[in-house]
Amino acid sequence: MTGSSYQAVMARRNEIMKAAVGLDYSRYESGGIAFDYEGMMKAPGLGIAEILSIQKDFAIGNTPLIELKNITALARKYAAPGKGARILIKDEACNPSGSFKARRAALSVHIAREMGYPGVITATSGNYGAAVASCCAKAGMKCIVVQECYDSTGRGQPEIIEKARKCEALGAEVVQLSVGPELFYVFLRLLEETGYFNASLYTPYAVLGIQSLGWEIAQQTREQFGRDPDLVVATNAGGGNLTGTARGLKTAGCGAPVIAASVDLSGLHMASDRQFNRKSFTTGHTGFGMPYTTWPDRSDVPRSAARPLRFMSGYYTVTQGEVFYTTEMLTALEGIERGPAGNTSLAAAFSLAQTLPEEALLVVQETEYTGAGKHQNAQLSFARSNGVRITVGNPEDQVPGESIILPEDPSQIKARKVDLNRLRRSLIANAMGSRRAIPSKEDIAFLSEETASEEAFVIETIENYLEDKHEAG
Amino acid sequence: MARKGDWVRLISVILAPGERAPQVPEDTAKTSLTQWVKGWLLADAEVGSPARVRTRTGREVEGTLLEAFPLYDHSFGEFIPELQQAQEGIRRAKWGEENKE
Repeated sequence: MTGSSYQAVMARRNEIMKAAVGLDYSRYESGGIAFDYEGMMKAPGLGIAEILSIQKDFAIGNTPLIELKNITALARKYAAPGKGARILIKDEACNPSGSFKARRAALSVHIAREMGYPGVITATSGNYGAAVASCCAKAGMKCIVVQECYDSTGRGQPEIIEKARKCEALGAEVVQLSVGPELFYVFLRLLEETGYFNASLYTPYAVLGIQSLGWEIAQQTREQFGRDPDLVVATNAGGGNLTGTARGLKTAGCGAPVIAASVDLSGLHMASDRQFNRKSFTTGHTGFGMPYTTWPDRSDVPRSAARPLRFMSGYYTVTQGEVFYTTEMLTALEGIERGPAGNTSLAAAFSLAQTLPEEALLVVQETEYTGAGKHQNAQLSFARSNGVRITVGNPEDQVPGESIILPEDPSQIKARKVDLNRLRRSLIANAMGSRRAIPSKEDIAFLSEETASEEAFVIETIENYLEDKHEAG
Repeated sequence: MARKGDWVRLISVILAPGERAPQVPEDTAKTSLTQWVKGWLLADAEVGSPARVRTRTGREVEGTLLEAFPLYDHSFGEFIPELQQAQEGIRRAKWGEENKE
């Protein structure tokens, strides 16, 4: 099917993607629900030594692991005697483009150059755009970043506008779009037009790139504190950050559990033109975190390398107000000014640390750069101008899109637990789709790995799912 | 009037309201999918009239001329007293009521 209509281009998506990522995903398919995830991850033939070496060439990685002594002391004021883990933070803002996304970009751009692509395209409104632009600048490659940036009136999110500025400063062409999932259609057309590499966030390269972050956390905690961390908290959106970090920790022989943290944006529709500018976080929120955790293959590649439910030991949400407040805390008490979105995991960590013993080591695995637009003051100012109420009070009372409530005092920062079994059942239901019979043994074993749960749980969930469908239909 | 070779910004409609994807919510479906692209103008043009540019990657793109020499004016926003109150509260929570000299 040729032509440039929405339907015609979407019908060609698989062939366009195959040409643009240089990976034949069909090799790893079983024909059923299952596919060979580990086989796909091994396809690029990149071990941790090669990953570290490629990133070193881009001056990426080896960022400081900093103990937040004042924040730890403050958390202990609200904890039971003997409780209050030592909070450490991996200062990923020190990467060339200002975030951990540099790690993902380095591998993608390296592979694109090796395979002889003339340029690189990425579809992102986040820090990843600047990361790809930065690596392309160093590699001497052309770069296009496609952003969802404005509502239909042309009013843009200040954080995304800042990212556009940074991408352009680093030499990229930025294509900006109004709200809508058809960004993917524009993206596919650009891939066809240019023949560039798709630096998707969800290829094996992009997720392997984050393994160095987990690896460094294990090594630095051992060097600086003489032992492994007890808990690692990762901000969760598309799932790559958590997946890569957990895989890297495992590669280093570290068994620390990894906890996901997202900003609670429940009730807001991510593709709504009207609601687009009523949210103050453009990533790290439940609007991406929940759907991608329960159905990773909704991404822009046939099979996502980011499969967070395999690796997550818990999932917590925090409010927008709590994250802005924690960002102020990092500035006021540690003298470190960083961007708010990256501090989602720090807000959760402040609360979780209070449940752990004082000798425990809790690692917050990222920070991101800050600046005009990408700052809690800019975000709150923008929210207020859009009619969102900004108050000081109890964060529990917030309604995403209607209000942002900064805590009255640090005791009100509370990470709220998400029921992981609910997410596991949701993933299994999504995998079943229109199937109306118990799938193969191979599929059940796969779903057991996908959800990090027993096969008995998978079978019970499927039986209940089929029963519900039978009653409904 | 913008001159050939000026760095400009174009706006164009990619999908009109009737052409939007079936899954978009109702409010979004009523709007156009709009695109903004920057590049060097290929021929003199007036703001609001059709124009073509060559982008940084060498692509030729057409649309309506929106502005010449586009600039970034995003900022840190208006003063937010609640944020200042939060920061003062955090300092007090850690260091106590009196400022340490």
